Amino acid sequence: MTRPNTTDAAAGILFMLLGLGFGIVALGLDMGSTLRMGPGYFPTVLAVVLIALGGLILLAAFKTTGEDIGAHAWRGMMFILPAPVFFGLTVRGLGFVPSIFLTTLIASMASMKMRPLYALTLAAGVTLFATLVFSYALGLPFRRFGPWLSF
Amino acid sequence: MDLLSNLSLGFATAASPENLLFCLIGVILGTLIGVLPGIGATATIAMLLPITFQLEPVSSLIMLAGIYYGAQYGGSTTAILINMPGESSSAVTAIDGYQMARQGKAGTALAVAALGSFFAGTVATLLVAIFAPPLTIIALKFGAAEYFSLMLLGLVSAIALAHGSILKALAMVVLGLLLGLVGTDIYTGTPRFTFGITAYADGLSFVALAVGMFGIAEILKNLEGDQDRTVLTSHLGALWPSRADLRKMVAPMLRGTALGSALGILPGGGAILASFASYTVEKRLSKTPQDFGKGAIEGVAGPESANNAGAQTSFIPLLTLGIPANPVMALMVGAMIIQGVVPGPNVAAEQPALFWGIIASMWIGNLMLIVLNLPLIGLWVKLLKVPYKVLFPIIMAFCSIGVYSVNSNIYDLFAVAGFGLMGYVLMKLRCEPAPLLLGFVLGPMLEENLRRAMILGRGDPTTFLTRPISATLLALTVVVLIVVLLPSVRKKREEVFVEAE
Repeated sequence: MTRPNTTDAAAGILFMLLGLGFGIVALGLDMGSTLRMGPGYFPTVLAVVLIALGGLILLAAFKTTGEDIGAHAWRGMMFILPAPVFFGLTVRGLGFVPSIFLTTLIASMASMKMRPLYALTLAAGVTLFATLVFSYALGLPFRRFGPWLSF
Repeated sequence: MDLLSNLSLGFATAASPENLLFCLIGVILGTLIGVLPGIGATATIAMLLPITFQLEPVSSLIMLAGIYYGAQYGGSTTAILINMPGESSSAVTAIDGYQMARQGKAGTALAVAALGSFFAGTVATLLVAIFAPPLTIIALKFGAAEYFSLMLLGLVSAIALAHGSILKALAMVVLGLLLGLVGTDIYTGTPRFTFGITAYADGLSFVALAVGMFGIAEILKNLEGDQDRTVLTSHLGALWPSRADLRKMVAPMLRGTALGSALGILPGGGAILASFASYTVEKRLSKTPQDFGKGAIEGVAGPESANNAGAQTSFIPLLTLGIPANPVMALMVGAMIIQGVVPGPNVAAEQPALFWGIIASMWIGNLMLIVLNLPLIGLWVKLLKVPYKVLFPIIMAFCSIGVYSVNSNIYDLFAVAGFGLMGYVLMKLRCEPAPLLLGFVLGPMLEENLRRAMILGRGDPTTFLTRPISATLLALTVVVLIVVLLPSVRKKREEVFVEAE
């Protein structure tokens, strides 16, 4: 029996889609000539190559048997990925200290083994350390407490 | 005699109290992250880049280099003690090193690894000092066409050395090149692929890409299992290897150093390949190949020397041509540019103190590592007991701060989340991130040199073939590509990688 290699097939399709996306945008740019290449020339060539490679990977996937993709880190993705985004959204408004505290707290929820009190202690420790090192010692220009907190 | 005066200038620079301190900080940090799993040298250097802005260029590069080879040392420690290589180049060390540890010879294995690494580091540093200047002279003759061909060779070699499918690695390089083009076109000022977000007009943040693809993706991967590690620390055994052990390790150490030095110069993760290759060679040459996998001391000494030698010599293409051989070197390019140093052949001539200072600091750093690692091994072992659930929130916090402080650009933090997701998905689809990062760094340079070469060659694409150096490099590229795709070589290559797993 031959079950196609789903991992490879998915990778092939992903590369083709990405190539297509870059290609479509690149076609809207000036191609220029081989002598004076426009901004669209090199990206278009690369996009075509990427689509071709994706196609080859997809084809090859049907010749080999597959391996499982394995477990997914759903919980991880739910809490890890928003952490830097949250930091970005609040570092200016809330200020560095509360923002980094909450960011660490959000990230720490990604593990099921984390207990609330433990997470709070950890976040407090990270905040203290980060504030001392980055804000005081290295003098990075962060506002420690932002305008959202001044009443 | 030039070599001596250059080296003494280098040591004078590297031995200034300030630079010694930063070298020490670098190797300590490097060992630390090498020991702690779930965060590699690439992500750490990316995170620490902003901190180095305040330092002198020499000091910051010395510190970053220290992190790099410190991580190689630390990675072997975890490989031996818990069968979990902290760095991918120590994967081979885990095979026999962990077996030695289980037999109560953990101390010996650690000492062999450290001695092998130190020897290899010393030889490789000398090689960098000898070979970098002549290469610089050749590099000064390079025009746009030559640079283009050279980068093409670099990218193709990166694929040859990548883990897993060649087609996927090629696709990752191309994707990296495309991502590298995001931003304003240098010739016409046209914004490309920015989706109207002006914050991305200067290109995607390299730090965000590296932290996302290497740091965050790795954390997500580790959270899949969500389990704690067990550390084997019942007892380390004697540290100093016995006379018989020492005799056994000399030849593998020499061979490993030679192999590693040669492969390290190649682009695309020479250190990793070097350790695999050395293991295979030692097994072939051994009179008792059946011992391999059961605690053979040669299986530790060879690969450890090889990966350290490779790590050092990968500085040669960086310092002479300004072309990174692996993701960490790509970050060093980023660090140099931020510091206002243009990486390339002019560095040696214009900033001899910087150039030779970095080289000399590598040897000093290696010496520090051996002093640091052997007596303090107990301390590093204790660190292994820090549970992962404590580590990753800390890493996330520092990643966020690090990425933000590069440009104070909040869009970089959104990019980091995006790259983290992308890196995780690609990792799940068994696509290695290293070729992508290399492509990302080389993308703009590749395009610029292609366009410049075409203008200089009056639109005639044969300009790449009529210039001898460029033609040779292109021919080499084709050879590498053919060799990698040949069925017999392909099989062998898979064997090497499988054996290491």
